[in-house]
Parts: sequence; structure tokens; C-alpha cells
Amino acid sequence: MRAKVVELDPIACDGHGICHELLPERITLDDWGYPIIDRRPLTDDLLAHANRAVANCPVLALRLKTVELVIDERMRRGGRGAA
Amino acid sequence: MTMTLAQRERRAATAPTGLPRLLAGRPDLAGHLAAFGPLPPVAAEMQAMTARAGLTGRGGAGFPTHRKLEAVAGRRGPRVVVANGTEGEPLSAKDKTLLIQAPHLVLDGLDLAAQAVGASRRVICIERGNQAVYAAVCVALAERRDESVEVVVTPRRYVTGQEAALVDFIDGGPGRPTRERPFERGVGGRPTLVDNVETLAHLALIARFGPEWFRQVGSPGSPGSALITVGGRVDRPGVFEVAMGTPLSSVLQLAQAAPPRAVLLGGYFGRWIPARSARQLTLDAASLSAHGAAVGCGVVAVIDDDSCAVAELARVAAWYAHSSAGQCGACTWGLRDLAAATSALEAGSPDPRVTSDIQRWTAMVKGRGGCRLPDGAVAFLESGMEAFADEIAEHQAGRCRRRDHRLLPTPTPEAWG
Ligand SMILES: Cc1cc2nc3c(=O)[nH]c(=O)nc-3n(C[C@H](O)[C@H](O)[C@H](O)COP(=O)(O)O)c2cc1C
Ligand code: SF4
Ligand code: SF4
Repeated sequence: MRAKVVELDPIACDGHGICHELLPERITLDDWGYPIIDRRPLTDDLLAHANRAVANCPVLALRLKTVELVIDERMRRGGRGAA
Repeated sequence: MTMTLAQRERRAATAPTGLPRLLAGRPDLAGHLAAFGPLPPVAAEMQAMTARAGLTGRGGAGFPTHRKLEAVAGRRGPRVVVANGTEGEPLSAKDKTLLIQAPHLVLDGLDLAAQAVGASRRVICIERGNQAVYAAVCVALAERRDESVEVVVTPRRYVTGQEAALVDFIDGGPGRPTRERPFERGVGGRPTLVDNVETLAHLALIARFGPEWFRQVGSPGSPGSALITVGGRVDRPGVFEVAMGTPLSSVLQLAQAAPPRAVLLGGYFGRWIPARSARQLTLDAASLSAHGAAVGCGVVAVIDDDSCAVAELARVAAWYAHSSAGQCGACTWGLRDLAAATSALEAGSPDPRVTSDIQRWTAMVKGRGGCRLPDGAVAFLESGMEAFADEIAEHQAGRCRRRDHRLLPTPTPEAWG
């Protein structure tokens, strides 16, 4: 199964923090005001917010990356979807 | 029948048995050919031979070399190979030693790698200020009548040795890490293989004597030999060629080390291992990874009872802060604050927030740089905080009486041009 995650280029990032305001569910700020990215897959309800965060970064330091989710067989058998 | 000089040079030398291998090399071309024989025409087989040999990179990351060859060979268009001889790690001397003693092995390896990946450009990088190294490389290139290898002298700065930073410098930039991955977009925008000079020298021997010969020394998981620099509190500091998998205690004996309190493995990018664990370790990936450690760039540094470890942690933390390329927030500000906190610890601050800040910030900066510089600082500091917990408590109580405060070198990085 495929999903999207947020990716940051820390070299480009200037620490404006706009992204955190737009996507606090996946982006928090460190002690110096720079974003810490939570790389868990974006749920459907977050996708629009994530796209807005990407579009509003003034230095284009963010992007959404498509990843292949590996679902653990044991979890599948246990009936709990990993994603 | 007497042989002409040319015939003698063409005759394959017998494979060296035992050690040294690389350090059996000679600076001059005639001596080099007498020791190892000429390079056989094996470029087409180089990838497969390297895979069978199980050679891993000697520049720090320990990545399988054949996979790097494949990655660059598999790309389109003109390609480039860069020999990384910058060795900005302050405790390491093995690349300089190798380039002075056996430059032709490195240059053979550079040629082989270029043939194996189909590169038309070959570059060798050396850090500024190492006159003997520069001379050895230039003389060797003149002896080979090879004018197409570019010799690039880099600024004295640790981060410029990182592969994307090196590419940036070769292309006329300041030598800061970038977001590009050199195997995709390297020198001049072309797919580029960046290999450590020792890695290339091993290639030159694998080409001559084969992968099975390479594996005769070392352990199955970590085959071959490695150049190890031993420093810190030892009577005979220097560079030694040892089999991978050698017990750490034997390496310490070679350098006549004082009874260690702890050993720093892998240099400033590595980890502190307390003496009691160090005794059981061997220099191979499996043994070391159980302690979160690795051979890395092959530095082993010893700290004894007279040296104040907290002073060393503080000085190296400051060196890390100065080494940051100042591009990424977590690296620029995180390393600055970690240096300040470590320095407060050394000064004997009894405030418990100092140690909790160090723990918080090491966790916070880990994995968040554009290159792995902050991860190196984290490994060094986290392992140091653990290995020297008692001594840190002595500092907090104002009771450190250790005499020596200047064991490890921390050169000031050259300013950004
Ligand atoms: C901050 C930093 C500094 C580095 N300095 C060096 C160096 O001085 N020499 C070196 O060979 N590799 C250095 N590296 C590793 C290189 O990026 C690269 O992995 C290496 O040259 C690849 O060669 P290998 O595969 O033969 O080990 C450094 C990496 C980082 C993150
Ligand atoms: S909006 Fe862009 S520049 Fe600002 S903190 Fe987020 S990633 Fe960095
Ligand atoms: S992590 Fe530090 S040294 Fe590495 S690119 Fe970012 S600022 Fe530069």
C-alpha cells in the first residue's frame, strides 16, 4: 500500500515555522524554532493541510514523498491494520 | 636468462602473504611495481571481484564498495570518480600515511574505479597544509606520466570531506554539504563515485591478487585488512595495518597504550567504550555493533586515569560547533548549545539541568542535519556521558582532580571563503 509522508530539506529550511502552524499533526518545532518532522504516513484528513504547508514554505524546503508501506503479516493476521 | 627492466615490471609479483599489505607499498613507481607487479586488465570484472571480496568503505560509513560502483556504473552519461584523501578527522593519519608511502596503490585504485564505472574524469582531493602528501601525489602522477588526474587541494575543514561537500568544492563552491547525492548528481552534475583513498588502494590489490586472497585476512563478516590510527595516551602513536577482526587489546598493545579508562573508537564520529567492554571487543562490524560502535575511519584513541574526560568532551563539543557548516538549524544552534552545556559541565556547574539539557539536545539534533555531522557529535557526546558518568558527578560536586586537560587535538577549522 502507498502513502505520503512529509520530507524536509534541512539545508534549505530557514526556520520560519509556517509549516508547523499549517500541519501541527506532523510538524513540531525544536528548541531553536526549526521543524521536526514526524514521518508517519499522512492520513487522508491531513493531506490537504500537508499540501498547504508544502506550498507555503517560502524556501521550498518541504515536499511530500510517496512511500511503500510494508504491512507486517502478524499484524494483518491479528486484524489490526498497520496503516 | 636475464630479464629487461620492462619484463621484470610486467611479471606479476607473488601475492603478499600476511601483513602488511597496503603498507608494503613503496612511494616510487619502480618500487611499487617490484612489490605488487603491474595492474592486470580486469576492469570489466572489477565490480564482481569487489563484491566477492566483501570490501567495505574505509572512509567512515563502511558501505559495501561494489554497491557504490554499481550505482554509478548504472547511470547514464559521462561519469566522475573522486578519491577522497582529505582526512579532516583530527585523530586520523592513515590516509596521509598511505598517500605518502604508497601513492601508486591509491592511483591504481582510482584508475580501476574509473574504468569499472566508465568515468572519464578522475579527481584526487587532499587537505591543504599537508605538503608531504601533496608532493607524494604529484611526484607519483609525474612518474606515471598521467596528466589527466586532477589534484584538488581542499580547505582545512572537517565537513568539506563529506562527499557532497567535496563535490561542491570541486565545482567551485565553498565546500558545504548540499542536498545532492553524488552518485546521481555529482561533479559537474555528473554521476560521481566518491571513495576513500584507502578503499581505492584495497581495490588495487584485489585486482591483482583476487577476492579470495583479500579474504584470507580478516573475519568472514569483515574481510581484509584496515589501516588503524592509534592515538591519545599511548607510547607509540601511529598508523598500523591490522586484520579486520583483530582484538582491540592487540591493537592497544601495538601502540603501547597506557591501561585505558576508555577507548574512543571511530574518532570524533565514533563512540567511547569503557575499558571493561573494550577488553572483549574485536575490530569487526558484528562485535562492535553490539556496542553501537563501528571501525569507522579506523581511529582508536585511549584516555587514561590522569586525563579529565569532561574537559575532552567539552573541547571536542566546541570543535563540533565550530565545524558546523551553519546551514541546518539543528546543527548550527544545537551544536552551539551542546558545546555551551558541556563547557558548563566541565566548569563544575552543579545545576542538574545541564545534563538534562545535553540529553534533550542530543536526542533533538540526531538525524536532523543535511549531512551526518550532528549525528557524529551525538554519538561522541552520548557515549561519553555514559562512559564517564562517575567523573561527571565528580565535576558537579567540584571534585575533579585530574591533571591533564589537553589530550585530544581540536584544530580550528579554516574560515568559510
Ligand atoms: C562530516 C563528514 C566528514 C567526512 N570526512 C571524510 C573524510 O575526511 N575522508 C573520507 O574519506 N570520508 C569522509 N566522510 C565520508 C564521505 O562522505 C564518504 O562517505 C566517503 O568518502 C566514501 O568513501 P568510502 O565508501 O570509500 O568509505 C565524511 C563524512 C561526513 C558526514
Ligand atoms: S516553512 Fe519552510 S522554511 Fe519555514 S520552518 Fe517550515 S520548512 Fe523551514
Ligand atoms: S548538518 Fe551541519 S554540517 Fe551538515 S549540512 Fe547541515 S549545517 Fe552543514
